[in-house]
Amino acid sequence: MLKTLDELEKEAILELPGATSEDALNELRTRYLGRKGLLTQMLRQISTVTAAEKPLFGKRSNEIKESLAHAIDDALEMLKASRKDQVLLKETIDVTLPGRGVRLGRLHPVTRVSQEICRIFSRMGFNVVEGPEVETDYYNFEALNIPKDHPARDMQDTFYVEDNIVLRTHTSPVQIRTMEKMKPPVRILSPGRVYRPDSDVSHTPMFHQVEGLMVDKGITFGDLKGTLTYFLRQIFGADILLRFRPSFFPFTEPSAEVDLRCVMCTGKGCRVCGQSGWLEILGSGMVDPAVFENVGYDPEEVTGFAFGLGVERIAMLKYGISDIRLFFENDGRFLEQF
Amino acid sequence: MKVSLKWLRDYVDIDLEPLVLADCLTMAGLEVDAVEEAGPAFDQVVVARIVSVRPHPQSEKLFLCEVTTGTEALPIVCGAPNTRSGNTVALAKVGATIPGGFVIKSSRIRGEASEGMLCSEEELGIGDDNTGIMVLSPDISLGMDLKDALGLKDTVLDIGVTPNRADCLSVIGIAREVAAITGKTLRYPEIDFTENSEEITSMTSVAIMDPDLCPRYTARIIKNVTIKPSPAWMRERLEAVGLRAINNIVDITNFVMMELGQPLHAFDFRFLEEGRIVVRRSREGEHFVSLGEKDRLLRSDTLMICDGVKPVAIAGIMGGLNSEVKDDTSTILLESAYFHPPSIRRSSRWFGMGTDAAFRFERGIDPEGVVRALNRAAQLMAALGEGTVCKGAIDQYPRRIEMVRDIVLRPNRVNELLGTQIRAAEMVNIMERLGMTVRQPDASRYLVTPPTFRVDIAREIDLIEEIARVYGFDHIPVTMPGAAGMPAGETREQVLEGALRSALAGMGYTEVITYSFINPVSADQLGLKDDEPRRDFVRISNPLTEEQSVLRTSLVYNLLDVMSRNARVGCADLKIFEIGRIFFRHQEGELPEERPCVGGLITGNRYDGSWHNKNRSADFYDLKGCVEALFADRKIQPVRFEAESSQPFLHPGRSCRIIVGRETAGFLGEIHPDVLERMDLKSRAIVFQLDLEILRLHEKEEIAFREVSKYPASSRDMAFLVPVAMEGETLCRAGYEQYEVLLENVAIFDVYAGGNLPEGMKSLGLRFAYRSTARTLTEEEINVAHNRIVKNMVETTGAKIRGE
Repeated sequence: MLKTLDELEKEAILELPGATSEDALNELRTRYLGRKGLLTQMLRQISTVTAAEKPLFGKRSNEIKESLAHAIDDALEMLKASRKDQVLLKETIDVTLPGRGVRLGRLHPVTRVSQEICRIFSRMGFNVVEGPEVETDYYNFEALNIPKDHPARDMQDTFYVEDNIVLRTHTSPVQIRTMEKMKPPVRILSPGRVYRPDSDVSHTPMFHQVEGLMVDKGITFGDLKGTLTYFLRQIFGADILLRFRPSFFPFTEPSAEVDLRCVMCTGKGCRVCGQSGWLEILGSGMVDPAVFENVGYDPEEVTGFAFGLGVERIAMLKYGISDIRLFFENDGRFLEQF
Repeated sequence: MKVSLKWLRDYVDIDLEPLVLADCLTMAGLEVDAVEEAGPAFDQVVVARIVSVRPHPQSEKLFLCEVTTGTEALPIVCGAPNTRSGNTVALAKVGATIPGGFVIKSSRIRGEASEGMLCSEEELGIGDDNTGIMVLSPDISLGMDLKDALGLKDTVLDIGVTPNRADCLSVIGIAREVAAITGKTLRYPEIDFTENSEEITSMTSVAIMDPDLCPRYTARIIKNVTIKPSPAWMRERLEAVGLRAINNIVDITNFVMMELGQPLHAFDFRFLEEGRIVVRRSREGEHFVSLGEKDRLLRSDTLMICDGVKPVAIAGIMGGLNSEVKDDTSTILLESAYFHPPSIRRSSRWFGMGTDAAFRFERGIDPEGVVRALNRAAQLMAALGEGTVCKGAIDQYPRRIEMVRDIVLRPNRVNELLGTQIRAAEMVNIMERLGMTVRQPDASRYLVTPPTFRVDIAREIDLIEEIARVYGFDHIPVTMPGAAGMPAGETREQVLEGALRSALAGMGYTEVITYSFINPVSADQLGLKDDEPRRDFVRISNPLTEEQSVLRTSLVYNLLDVMSRNARVGCADLKIFEIGRIFFRHQEGELPEERPCVGGLITGNRYDGSWHNKNRSADFYDLKGCVEALFADRKIQPVRFEAESSQPFLHPGRSCRIIVGRETAGFLGEIHPDVLERMDLKSRAIVFQLDLEILRLHEKEEIAFREVSKYPASSRDMAFLVPVAMEGETLCRAGYEQYEVLLENVAIFDVYAGGNLPEGMKSLGLRFAYRSTARTLTEEEINVAHNRIVKNMVETTGAKIRGE
């Protein structure tokens, strides 16, 4: 009898792989384990088994019943899972197609650089102030120690609106307007548009400047060097080489032009630096006592330094742009790169 | 200012390499812009030796030579009488260039081959000997480049002299700096000449009528000069610094100007009527023909040099045609004067004549160097023009030019300002090297008198600058100033601008920056009415071009211009914005009003052309959504969009005024098709512009938190039939008029016209949201509120409920 039981199991196991559908599996289950199933029928014959075989027969038939039920359940489970997989497979998309366009707008490179400059200086306590773009001759020139009929006026060609009204040639007038309004200490930064009648690869009639001013008791030329060195390292990196070179600006004395070792050729001389190995990057100097007197500060009491730099110039060096006019052509293909 | 090293070496020894010298000058404040090779205008001229000489078979004057360069033997035909075998000579090889631009070619002269040319000094422009070919020392190696062999190579430094350093506008001035920097001794040129017995005062006189403009005028007379070309050494020096040689007399005045920095003028004495000089202001209506043969009408306050009758020169700027030195000139009246710098500057600007002389006078020459230059030129005219210098000089000096003396210098102050610890003795040393006289009345200060040529030094700070630059900026220690006494922050205006930029960029708008000045024609292109204030431009009186001659009164034209440029390069889809100022003219003499604004433009397809999106043109509502988002972001309220057709450049049916609070803050709308046509734009565009100051006044920076309800909202949808002209907002507003606390929101979710709707009517689908923060609302409560609201809407607006 036990032998028949074993044979039944073998048969069922052989048949199982053939049942590849839900129906076939259910049919298999009914045929073996159903009330009239083969295994059930065999169990009914337990009375014909000898008493000695009985416990073993019972155990075996239960084992077979359980394992067969399990195997059929598993097969059904697998069948369901594979059907779900097939549904998902049908939903396959082409992941290489481009995403649905979320195109961010870009900020103008001049804005980016200007913001970066302002951030660096605001960490050193400089407040941003602004002033008019159309200025009086007094604020743009005279108060800055540039009298009429003085050759220093040649340093900046000027757009005139009227005899005494100009488009500001630098943001320096904001220095004067600020000092007139507040007592020292002063730490201000003044970004904005400035205008000079000039137009070629390296000049546009409008460009952007950032002007800075620090006035307090005991400010030294050494502080000027320190502040500007810190700033330029923040902008161009810690390994830059700088030089402070004597120069002339009517509103500062001593005045210094700050040169950066050419970032393109590292000093060997190239087109960008005009073979000199150095790039003029900003103008600076100790505030001239005459300027302090014009705003009612006592030059014996306070000292200070001022500096000015061209935003486009910095942007050109930072991004490797060779023609300043690109900034104002506003070609989308240019602007998108920033 | 260009200066040649060769010329410089006449006054100071230089043992530095040119590039090192250039660097030293640059770091002392005389920026060397360029270092250029210079020298005589020839190349490929080498040292050679004549091996044999035979007479030319066809000519009695020519010789056939065999010449060796040490490596090759060449046949040369030469006509010089000193063509002798064994002579070491200068050979211009085939391909060589000699002055005048001549290129030597392989040729046959009267049937005989000639592979080069033997040159005279004159032909090479290095001397005046034209009697025969140059004969060189036999010690020179054959084949050597002639320039190397004779040391003819020169280097020219191009120095950017800052406006304060008038004293460096001369070779002696640069030499002085070199001497001060390198510690060498400066050699002034020796001035030595003999005078004849004829007293200058018996020949001429000088009267200064306007000593305020001409404090000093000196003159000499040189007789019997021969006008001819200058010697090669002088021509070479002038040409190296960029001046053209003309004749010996004119060249001498230029040479001395370049050498000593004092501009001079030479008059042909025979053309000076009454034989005298009068220095006076011009008279109204006076005419004058300057050297360029240009007739000029004079202004009444121009300082003129005149003879007894008429003007003969514009003082300090340019001589007159009527008294210029000619080929047959024999007596020269030489002028060396000091003119009032601002007056020279005014005149030179007025005439548009930025001459070398004016450039120096307006920056300030050495008042005490006037006579030295006069004598130097007289010496050279005697030597190079074979003239005789009449006895004595006229020196009219009616008004003493005040020189600064005894400037107080406090060594402590120097170190306090620079942040240095320079010893007083070193400061004194620096100042003395710069030619200053230093006295020490007591321990804490010095009294410093600058040399007369340093017209830029008048104050202690000027001395501190001198000390700093010679001490070396590099040696000043780098320090950081102490912490700020007050915290730094942005102003509210800057915060707003920054926020708008971020928000707009986040919404896909790219920032542009355009010129503040525009073409006045833009007013016509935008269709602005004749009396429109936006036509009253701030005008630039000296614009670069008419297209950039007025300041913009709105951002619209600039945005359209950017659109047009991009369209030309094939970029038709654009979302851009600009933050910048617009300008309105005030009364004359007053500064214009500047109003910061933000403006934006959208044109072309809303999305990138891509596989997902049906191309859909951007419209009014795209940009309106963007503007609404800006208001929401900055919590700016209340805001209304009011239909308006008064902007001439906007589509009358698709534009609105934007009202913030009670003020008009800007506009939004589609560009008028006429404007598109006038600007040759092919696709529709929508623009907005908002005034930042008005936005600033209405933004709320504080955020007040409101409780979020835990209970669900219930909504009721309802469609209303209204006339097409009725604005959606009118209907919505009627919904709020009952101040129903349970009503959270009314929103339009559908707009529909046409189909089976009656003509002239449209359907607006509204969604009403009801909610309480205290409980879940019952159907009953909602229905009561909703019915009350809808009833009011129908009654006040005349809308009909669809489906009823």
